[in-house]
Amino acid sequence: MDPLRQSPSPSSSRASSPRTLPCEMLGYVGIEAVLDQLKIKAMKMGFEFNIMVVGQSGLGKSTMVNTLFKSKMWKSTMLGLGVPTPQTLQLQSVTHVIEESGVKLKLTVTDTPGFGDQINNDKCWDPILGYINEQYEQYLQEEILITRQRHIPDTRVHCCVYFVPPTGHCLRPLDIEFLQRLCRTVNVVPVIARADSLTIEEREAFRHRVIWAPGTSLGSVGVWRGGECTGGLRSPVCGPQIQENLKTHGIEVYPQKCLDEDVNDKVLNSKIRERIPFAVVGADREHIVNGRCVLGRKTKWGIIEVENMAHCEFPLLRDLLIRSHLQDLKDITHNVHYENYRIFRLNESHVLPRGPGWVNLAPAPASVPAPAGPQATPGPPKVCRWAKDNSDEEF
Amino acid sequence: MGEVGGGVVELRDSSGGRSPPSTQRSRSAVSCAVAPVSAAPVAALAEAGAMAATDIARQVGEGCRTVPLAGHVGFDSLPDQLVNQSISQGFCFNILCVGETGLGKSTLMDTLFNTKFEGEPATHTQPGVQLRSNTYDLQESNVGLKLTIVSTVGFGDQINKEDSYKPIVEFIDAQFEAYLQEELKIRRVLHTYHDSRIHACLYFIAPTGHSLKSLDLVTMKKLDSKVNIIPIIAKSDAISKSELTKFKIKITSELVSNGVQIYQFPTDDELVAEINGTMNAHLPFAVIGSTEELKIGNKMMKARQYPWGTVQVENEAHCDFVKLREMLIRVNMEDLREQTHSRHYELYRRCKLEEMGFKDTDPDSKPFSLQETYEAKRNEFLGELQKKEEEMRQMFVQRVKEKEAELKEAEKELHEKFDRLKKLHQDEKKKLEDKKKSLDDEVNAFKQRKTAAELLQSQGSQAGGSQTLKRDKEKKKSKVVHLSMPGAPLAPPASVLTAAANRVHVLLLKAATWS
Repeated sequence: MDPLRQSPSPSSSRASSPRTLPCEMLGYVGIEAVLDQLKIKAMKMGFEFNIMVVGQSGLGKSTMVNTLFKSKMWKSTMLGLGVPTPQTLQLQSVTHVIEESGVKLKLTVTDTPGFGDQINNDKCWDPILGYINEQYEQYLQEEILITRQRHIPDTRVHCCVYFVPPTGHCLRPLDIEFLQRLCRTVNVVPVIARADSLTIEEREAFRHRVIWAPGTSLGSVGVWRGGECTGGLRSPVCGPQIQENLKTHGIEVYPQKCLDEDVNDKVLNSKIRERIPFAVVGADREHIVNGRCVLGRKTKWGIIEVENMAHCEFPLLRDLLIRSHLQDLKDITHNVHYENYRIFRLNESHVLPRGPGWVNLAPAPASVPAPAGPQATPGPPKVCRWAKDNSDEEF
Repeated sequence: MGEVGGGVVELRDSSGGRSPPSTQRSRSAVSCAVAPVSAAPVAALAEAGAMAATDIARQVGEGCRTVPLAGHVGFDSLPDQLVNQSISQGFCFNILCVGETGLGKSTLMDTLFNTKFEGEPATHTQPGVQLRSNTYDLQESNVGLKLTIVSTVGFGDQINKEDSYKPIVEFIDAQFEAYLQEELKIRRVLHTYHDSRIHACLYFIAPTGHSLKSLDLVTMKKLDSKVNIIPIIAKSDAISKSELTKFKIKITSELVSNGVQIYQFPTDDELVAEINGTMNAHLPFAVIGSTEELKIGNKMMKARQYPWGTVQVENEAHCDFVKLREMLIRVNMEDLREQTHSRHYELYRRCKLEEMGFKDTDPDSKPFSLQETYEAKRNEFLGELQKKEEEMRQMFVQRVKEKEAELKEAEKELHEKFDRLKKLHQDEKKKLEDKKKSLDDEVNAFKQRKTAAELLQSQGSQAGGSQTLKRDKEKKKSKVVHLSMPGAPLAPPASVLTAAANRVHVLLLKAATWS
């Protein structure tokens, strides 16, 4: 669990706050008891989390979900055993309630069998985008009711885990297309699936950027960054790797750089960003290694331990998704992605002249148009920036 | 979107030689209906094992399956993550203090939060009730609280207190309105919005010892559906213990009989149910506020010193201040905020939107933007106003025209009348002139005859005597009438002449005046 993030002064982070006078308290009042009150309330209400896994068949999506949550969420299907590949992309959703130490979590996992499996994969992301937008739509409808529920059930997708096949080369056009479209709608975490087929060097190569020396041509070996390079490279690097790919195509995966709020966040998140995408291995069988029971994959040449950081990066993924950033994922979905959708939706049906508070969807200059009121937070610019990008985007 | 019912019990694959083959079978089965049957004996055993190892998950409604976990996943840090998020965002809490001037509102706030807030005491000469609002930043360990204290100034000081509650209600509504406006905006920043809605209203009751004043009842009745009211008895060191119990009972019964809903501390959560339940019985709290510290025993304590003793603020036997602080801050702050948001604000929102004409029953239309429809309605209203303005303008123009026509006609009439009169006058003038002319002619004719007669008279006066004069005078009188007739006798007698001369003189005078 990451350490307590201390925010220096609450008064600086309000957009419309009145003039405040700092006051010193001469004794203990008990304000911090409100934290306990919050906890009690949260535990009573329970938490919700919706995760979507996207990737081609056979990349181990279901197994990964089972490993993440240490329970049989899905029956992981094995290929070639009579399960027909779906002709079109279907979305399947399962909801479970899991509890740990009194904390109840209602977990919804959405799977996408058939993604990228056809010969012509054109527009295969449309059903997924449609599903995500449908959830936003449901929430919006609930929110604008006159008599609304006390607690609106949250079915919006908080995180989308994208499984990249371990080719070792670069992102395929399908991956790039999909990531480009999805990263504006939902938090996307790309992972390298079945990473047990890549060596450590290949992994790093696949992940890290390559700095091209000037004059080098395609096909030659570039200079490596990071101390993992050795002479024994198996396959020559033939193109910019995933991080470079992502940067070139303007894909911002979670944790988004523009949404870092303060210095602590930046430091924490840049460490995570360096390791994106995680090379993971999923397994739900247990084996005995050195007297311990571990989850792993048993092969003739050894046992790959899932939770061993030296073997694969599954613990990083698990920590990111569950232990440290779950609430953050939900918050960003609610405050950024959902708000963008709402702005888009409410704007598209208006034919009236504009008044204050309306979005100018024309491409804005670099200095983003701000809503009324002084700007002290990264909050409004976040929304502005995403809305600006959304203007030339079809939903 | 179908539901695959995964998540049947079996997890520990290594818990015995029996399990792997059955799980193999269960994995290869296509439908999940087959799997439990084939793995039944093993499943039961494994289930017992699995359940023993993990928590027993409670079933939550809506047909969600609860799945036991095989190991530590780590999401029990979720509440901590949530708390961290809230800490970085900061908290805000808004208190409204309603009470007559001089009941110790500011002092109580100072005492509650252990600090000295700025502000000078208000006078009793305020013409109306006003609300004074101040915001303070408090920091305790790592929790930052933005506290807003709003207090009434001049409440209960006027002679006519009928409208005293209105500024308060308007203020509360204004805060709700501001929040609603922000929520309805297309581009909104709710997560950084400074929430200014009032979370708790402390109603200060004067310590008369008898009952609630009617002003209090009326105000509380108006406020109870808009804000959480916590009534407190102020300056309760003026009431003795026995009087206090009676006073409290009287107040609560009056509140109940008048249907005033005061805030009840929540009793649905086991952790706080007990303490909240007992506190509910102590409402309204009798409090004393003091910022002076006195040495009692060997500690410095907040107290008030009287010649007959010292009242300690934090002594539970002396007053209920500690209870108030517990309830307001340490136990129920979050609940107060939640009630404000989910109950009072929702009620306000519903009323406001219905008033604006929105309905929920529009299933086939797209989610219309509330702001947009609001704009549409506003434009409609403005259009109507404009139309009415046009109508009125037209009506005014028409009326002016009518009046103008009327006046023109009247003018014409007057002109005609004037002309007529002038003509009449001219006619009469002409007539008179004719008459004058004829008279002149007569006068001339008469003059001629007079000269002729005088000539004759001078000839005949030597021959005749005075007798004839007398006879002539009589004859003149009888012959007066015949004088005007043409062809008068050529030799009229002298008396007749003088009478005629007199008459002519009179006529001449008249003609002169007429002309």
